[in-house]
Amino acid sequence: MFKIIGYRLLVSLPLLFFVTALTFFLVSFTPGDPAVVILGQNHTPEEYQRVREQLGLTQPLLVRYGDWLGDIVQGNLGTSIFNQEPVVAILNSRVGVTLSLVLGTTLVSTLVGVGLGLASALRRGFLATIVDTVSLLGFALPNFWLALVLVAIFSIGLHWLPAIGYVDPATSPGDWLRSLVLPVLVLSAPIIGVLAQQTRNAVLEVLDRPFIQTLRAGGASPASILFRHILRNAAIPIVTVVGLTFVGLLSGTVIVETVFALPGLGGLAVQATSRHDLPIIQGVVFYFTVIVIVVNLLVDLAYAWLNPRVRVA
Amino acid sequence: MSNDVITPGPVVTTGPGTRPPRWLLLKTLVRKPLALVTGGFLLVIILASLAAPLIAPYQPTALDLPNAFSGPTAKHLLGADELGRDVLTRLLYGGLQIEIGVLEGILTVLVVAIPLGILSGYLGGIFDRVMSAITDAILAIPAIILVLVILSLFPNNSHVSMIGFGLLISPGIARIIRGVTLPLREADFVAAARISGVSELQIMARHILTAVLRTAIIQASFVAASALHFVVALGYLGLTASPGQPDWGQMVAVAATQITSHPWLLVPPGGLVALTVLALILFGNALRDSSANVNQVAAMAEPVLPVGPPTPVAPVKDAQLPAPDALLAVRDLSVVFSNRKNQTRIVDGVSFDVRPGETVGLMGESGAGKSITALAILRLLPGAARLTGGQVFFEGRDLVALNDREFDRLRGTTLGLVSQEPLSSLDPTFTVGSQLGELVRRHDRVSGPKLKARCLELLNQVQLPDPARVLKSYPHELSGGMAQRVALAMALAGRPRLLVADEPTTALDVTVQKEILALFRKVQQETGMAILLVTHNFGVVADICDRVFVMYAGQVFEDAGVYELFRRPLNPYSQGLLRANPAKAQPGQPLQVIPGRVPSPGNWPPGCRFAPRCPYAQPECTTRFIPLVETGQGRLSRCIRLGELVEKELL
Repeated sequence: MFKIIGYRLLVSLPLLFFVTALTFFLVSFTPGDPAVVILGQNHTPEEYQRVREQLGLTQPLLVRYGDWLGDIVQGNLGTSIFNQEPVVAILNSRVGVTLSLVLGTTLVSTLVGVGLGLASALRRGFLATIVDTVSLLGFALPNFWLALVLVAIFSIGLHWLPAIGYVDPATSPGDWLRSLVLPVLVLSAPIIGVLAQQTRNAVLEVLDRPFIQTLRAGGASPASILFRHILRNAAIPIVTVVGLTFVGLLSGTVIVETVFALPGLGGLAVQATSRHDLPIIQGVVFYFTVIVIVVNLLVDLAYAWLNPRVRVA
Repeated sequence: MSNDVITPGPVVTTGPGTRPPRWLLLKTLVRKPLALVTGGFLLVIILASLAAPLIAPYQPTALDLPNAFSGPTAKHLLGADELGRDVLTRLLYGGLQIEIGVLEGILTVLVVAIPLGILSGYLGGIFDRVMSAITDAILAIPAIILVLVILSLFPNNSHVSMIGFGLLISPGIARIIRGVTLPLREADFVAAARISGVSELQIMARHILTAVLRTAIIQASFVAASALHFVVALGYLGLTASPGQPDWGQMVAVAATQITSHPWLLVPPGGLVALTVLALILFGNALRDSSANVNQVAAMAEPVLPVGPPTPVAPVKDAQLPAPDALLAVRDLSVVFSNRKNQTRIVDGVSFDVRPGETVGLMGESGAGKSITALAILRLLPGAARLTGGQVFFEGRDLVALNDREFDRLRGTTLGLVSQEPLSSLDPTFTVGSQLGELVRRHDRVSGPKLKARCLELLNQVQLPDPARVLKSYPHELSGGMAQRVALAMALAGRPRLLVADEPTTALDVTVQKEILALFRKVQQETGMAILLVTHNFGVVADICDRVFVMYAGQVFEDAGVYELFRRPLNPYSQGLLRANPAKAQPGQPLQVIPGRVPSPGNWPPGCRFAPRCPYAQPECTTRFIPLVETGQGRLSRCIRLGELVEKELL
């Protein structure tokens, strides 16, 4: 088990390195002067000098990159150009919102998607059509639009849920949950369909495997065959798909946090983009990459737990 | 935009060695109504936005304040916004910019992904590994966040954003192209080109490129769907468009500010995006399906005939009543395999008996229907197969009449199964102890030390060395022979009265085969259970069976004691099989084979189904139904020339 964690972390380091380098050099190789882009045409020489120093543009490229990496290792991602606060402090105050959102979505979409896929594999026909339709619509509807339509129906029309905003769980756990319902629903929409289809395929594949026949012929109970044997074997490919959809889910938070005015990382990235606050965006990229690495690690652990062949190797 | 993972559905490729026919894709496509409708819709959207200045009823910025917030009316077909600007007009004018963005995305993907995919698939090696690592890294980053980095450096530049989007999507598509290229590297037409001196670069540019182009076109429609979402979302966020512009995303953003009082404004832009994406996906699906059809045309289509009227039942003794001493009596069993279009009979009126403690072989070439017969008895038919007639009596009780719950009670305790693939017949995710224990717990209702003791007893019974260690092992840690012993132990857990063994030794080494057969004999002596052994191997029959039923094309052709059958088969088919048995080959004589092959179900010839391959066939053999008749000494045979052939000593 520790071997898997260690190996995965070792493999993840290059990814982190790659992503940070990508964003760093993207800035450096941008034609024109990033400081001018950030400040616009009307700026004082002092402002210009400050931004150039903040972006490290005054030093040679490799020195800058080395400094930047050194800072990251010490937990320093620079300061916001917009309000001079440390990037790490800003991001840490917001990461909880994004995590509530992605964890809630993963939970809801996995439960509903896997349940729907399982049901449609065992009873084909009508349910399978529903799964295909949900999957198609989940992909086709733009998420920001779906969000607004749900707000129009459930918040403005029915007054069931708040339209926008976020409540800290420490303030009121109930309101916290209510503020997450619509965002989680919107983020789950495209994932539920994908997971349901993948689950259906995985279950149908497992159903065809000879060991199901052995167990049925041997007199194992139908419930045990379904929940112990079929689900566990089907879970192996499903876990991989959950990991893959997760990256798309993080993309989704960028939009959904903006629509619902949630104070998370994704919404922050959009704000920072229109303010040209580059250090903040670089920080969000870094945080997102770390989240993806952690999720990949969890997926690997789940995979190893489910599949003994991986565990031994 | 929330789906960075595209490709909904499998990627269809042509088989290796076949060069995909040109234009066939287009020809198959126009025959699909869904493709025509969605393709037509997309074409209308594109043409309409190109012709916006000609066909739009108003100017995109023309104000009509008295009609602000008008819903759909004759004046404003899709309504008017907060300044009375015509929504339809603004959608038409906004289309072009969206389409340019989508096109930029697609072109970037095609230009980047196709060469990279072909190179890593065709060259392999270090290039492939580096590409694979980069792909993994890029797939791990949410695309939009990097595009936000780009947008903060190139403010309001939708072109750079969409090219960036294309670059971030490309590795995933390149991976798909690589998958299509891999088998092509070894394809015949590529090998031929290489031998005739065409350079590697030319092979890639000419032969591989044309072959992967179809996959690339299919993927392009899914990329277009993602790109459309992306470009509209950027507009919505106000990163590439400002509020006054007739931009689809901005129209949704403006509608959002009026959501409380005028929700209608959300409908036209959002609906248009949803419909267009839907059309792109469905068009892509249609492309993919046509591509699959193209491949099917290339493959040999196996004709499936509709199921005819049931063949009249052979006048065999009192066919409907089980013999009083039979443990299992199968009567007139028929199984039909149905797909969407056709029904095909695969087992046709099979009857036979198994007596207590007896080992009976069900013998025949592949496709004879013997395994399906066995599975039908166990009520384990695969999804598309259905029992359409006949009875299965166990000690005089008709099992076919039982409901599923009643039948489940017989599983393991009355009827057991050992199947062909020992390793895949065990659940790979559980230890042997876990899956064997599950069955023991259910049958014996024991737990704890008693459960373990019974498991060890079963493993000892199947002569596994070190049973305690085997209990803790996972199936992948066992050899084929060991796995088959475990499978047998699982079948024995409920102490069945009849064990159905479906080709139990076929997948094993010859020496292991002998051991397993010996084990079957030993277990049978200890338990007194009967065995129904499905096999295509006369050696196995000779080794362990008391009696044998020879099946051909869904029918029983001969029923005889093993000794009698080997001494003198009374059916041309059994005779052919025996002569073709390699174990019986005479030194210096060529091994005999039965000419031709087993007709597939649905293609059974009229009259005697073996007639086309039979050396003794006469015209009369193919004109009418051939019954299974008694030949004395309790033997049965299906051949109308039997008497004549026996007389001439041909049999």
